[in-house]
Amino acid sequence: MPQSPTFMDWLPTLSDFRGNLRAALAISDSGNRLEKLANIAQHRLGFLETIQLDQAVSRLGALEIPGFSAVRLAILASSTVDHLVPAIRVACLRRGLVVDVHVGAYGQHRQDLLNPASALHQFRPQAILLSLTARETIAGVPIMATVAEVDKAIDRQVDELRNLWRKARETFKATVVQQTFLDATDTVFGSYDRLVPAAPSRLIARLNDRMSQAADSESVSLLDVARASERNGIDAWFDRGRWFQAKMEVSPPAAHLYGDLAARVLAAQRGLSKKCLVLDLDNTLWGGVIGDDGLEGIVLGQGSALGEAHLAFQRYALQLKARGVILAVCSKNDSATAEAVFENHPEMVLKRTDIAAFIANWHDKAENLKTIATRLNIGLDSLVFVDDNPVERARVRESLPMVAVPELPEDAARFVPCLADAGYFEAISFTVEDSQRAAQYAANAEREDLLGSSESVDDFLRGLEMSVSFGPIGTLDLVRATQLINKTNQFNPTTRRYTGDELAALAAAPENVTLQFRLLDRFSDNGLVSAMILRPDPGEPEVLEIDTWVMSCRVFGRDLEREAMNVAVEAASRRGVRSFRASYIPTKKNGVISNLYPSLGFARVEQTVPTDGATRWYLNLADYEHRPTHIARISKQHD
Amino acid sequence: MTDQDILALFTKIIRDLLSDESITLTMQTKREEVPNWDSMNYINFIAAVEIELGVKFGVADIESFEDVGAIVAKTTAMLR
Repeated sequence: MPQSPTFMDWLPTLSDFRGNLRAALAISDSGNRLEKLANIAQHRLGFLETIQLDQAVSRLGALEIPGFSAVRLAILASSTVDHLVPAIRVACLRRGLVVDVHVGAYGQHRQDLLNPASALHQFRPQAILLSLTARETIAGVPIMATVAEVDKAIDRQVDELRNLWRKARETFKATVVQQTFLDATDTVFGSYDRLVPAAPSRLIARLNDRMSQAADSESVSLLDVARASERNGIDAWFDRGRWFQAKMEVSPPAAHLYGDLAARVLAAQRGLSKKCLVLDLDNTLWGGVIGDDGLEGIVLGQGSALGEAHLAFQRYALQLKARGVILAVCSKNDSATAEAVFENHPEMVLKRTDIAAFIANWHDKAENLKTIATRLNIGLDSLVFVDDNPVERARVRESLPMVAVPELPEDAARFVPCLADAGYFEAISFTVEDSQRAAQYAANAEREDLLGSSESVDDFLRGLEMSVSFGPIGTLDLVRATQLINKTNQFNPTTRRYTGDELAALAAAPENVTLQFRLLDRFSDNGLVSAMILRPDPGEPEVLEIDTWVMSCRVFGRDLEREAMNVAVEAASRRGVRSFRASYIPTKKNGVISNLYPSLGFARVEQTVPTDGATRWYLNLADYEHRPTHIARISKQHD
Repeated sequence: MTDQDILALFTKIIRDLLSDESITLTMQTKREEVPNWDSMNYINFIAAVEIELGVKFGVADIESFEDVGAIVAKTTAMLR
C-alpha cells in the first residue's frame, strides 16, 4: 500500500492482520478477545483494517472489562464525521479506552445541546468533542473588513463556543474537547494575504488563537488538527472532492491520524499519557558503541551530520524533561563505562543528573524496565522505551505489551520527529509543578536508596525530614489542584472530576472545607501533592462528606494521608463539625486505598450494597485519635 | 491489472468494508443491490480504492457511476 503523509510510522507493522483478527474473533471469553483486539490496535493499520477492527470490537457490545475504561463520547460537528468514528474507537482502544460514540445530527450541535429531549441527552456523554468548520465565520466577513471588524466577528464566534462549552459541562458534567479550525482556504492575494486581516487564512489563524485562549480559561482541551495539517500538508487532511460529495472536512485517508490525535487528548484528560522516556544509549543517544569505540570513537556533536542528529535527539529529550517528562536510561553496557560518557564527553547535552533512573547492565531489558518503573514508583504503562535495536524492541513489546515502544527509523536524523509525532506525552495543561517533576522523580530514586539503607520504615521516614504546608485551596492552587483531581486514579476514593471553574466555585463556597497539601523533604519540594474537598450534607451542616480526596502516587507510603486527616479533623472541629462521612467507590486503579478509611479510624456504615460496589464510612470527630507521623508542619491553617 | 483483477479487488474491499464475505461483485452490480452499501460506505469504498491503487476519482465520475463496471472502467483508464 502506498504511504500517505498521515502514515503513523511509529507503530510497528503487523504481518498477518487477517490471521490475527480471525484468531481474536475465535476467542470466546470477551475479556480475552478484547485484549487480543487491543493488541492488534497497537499496530500500524490501513484504512480498511481500521474499519474491520472496529467492527470486531463493536460486535462485543458495550461491556465492562477489567483493564479497560468505558467512555461515552459525543461528537458534535458542522461537517460529516461519521467516517472518523472507527478510527477514534480503534485509537482509544490502543490506550485502553473502550468508547461508545454518539454522532450528533449534522450541523445541529446548538439544538442538540439545548434540547433536553435530544438523542444527545439520552446518550449522557462523559466527553464531548466539538468539530466545527470556520466556513460560517469566514463567509460573514467581507474581504475589506478592518481589524476591529474581524475581531468582532471572531469574538462573536468565540463567545458562542464559550456558551456551548459551558452548556455541555453544566448539562452533562462532561469533559469538553474543542477541535481547532482547519485552514482549508485558498490564497486570495498571494503573499500579501498575511497583511489583510480578513484574508481567510489570517482570519482562521486569529480565530484559532482567540479560541485557544478562551478554551484554556474554560478548562476545555484542544484537538489541534490545524497544527497537524501543517505537519502533514493540508492536502493530506482536506480533500475537496469529499467536501463537495459528503461535506467531509477531514478526508478518509486522514481518519486514522485524526482518531489517534483525538484519543491522545481523551487519554490525557484521564491521566493516561505516558510519564517517562526510557533511553537506550549506543546508536540511540550517540553513534557507535561505547564499549567498542571508546569515548573518542563514538559519534556525537558538531562536525558530523550523524553526530548532530544524535545531539538533536538529546536536546529533544532535555526539552521533554523541562516540561516534566521523566528521563531514564536502560542500556546493555558496563555501568561505569556508560556513566563515564555522561560525565566526560564534552558534547553530551544530557547530564547524569538529568536521568532519574540509570540502569546499564547485561540483564534482559524487559526486567530492567520493571526495575525502572519500581524505582520511580510509576506504572509500566507510563513508560516509553526508545531503542534503535529492532530485536530489543520486539523483545520488550513481547514481554511488556503495556510499554510503548516506537518503531524508531534507521536514520538518526528522524528520531526526533518519530518520537514527537507519536504523541506519547500529550498534555492538557502545563504548571510549575510539571516543570519540576522530573527532578522530583530523580529525588524519589534517591529516597529509594535511603529506604534501602534504612533499618526500618520508621527509620526511613524519619530520615526523610519531611514537612507539610497546607491551607484552603486558593486561587494560586487552582490549576495544579484541578490537574491533580483530574489525573489521579490511584489515591482517589471517589474518582470525581472537576474543572477549574467548578473547583473555584467549590473552594469559594463558605460551607465547604477545601484543603491542599505540599510536602517537602530533604531531597526535594514535592509541590502540591494532595487536595481534599469536604461538603456538608444539605440540612446537616454538622456533617461533612469527603467529596474528593486525591494524593499523588509520588508520595505514597509517607504517612501524608494520616497527617492530612489530622489537619482535616482539626479544621472541621474548629467549625463545629461533628462527623465525617466518606465513600470508597472501587475502580480498577484505586485498589491501593481500599483500606484507607478503616486505617484512619472510620467505621463502616452498613447498607444495602449499591451496584457500584461502593462502601460508606463514618467518623465521629470527637472519637478521632490524632495519628502520629514523621511530618512536621510549617504553616498554620488560616480559615 | 486486468478488469477482472480490479473487480476481484473491489469485491475484497467491499467485503472488508461491510464485514460480509457473501458479497461477490460483478460488472453489472448496482450499489443498491448490495445490502448496507449506503452513501457513507460508497465514499469509504471510493477512498479505499484510491488508497489501494494510488488513483484519484473526479467529482463528476463519482456521481455518474451507474454500476460497478463503470467504476472498473474508469479505474482501468486511470491506471493506464
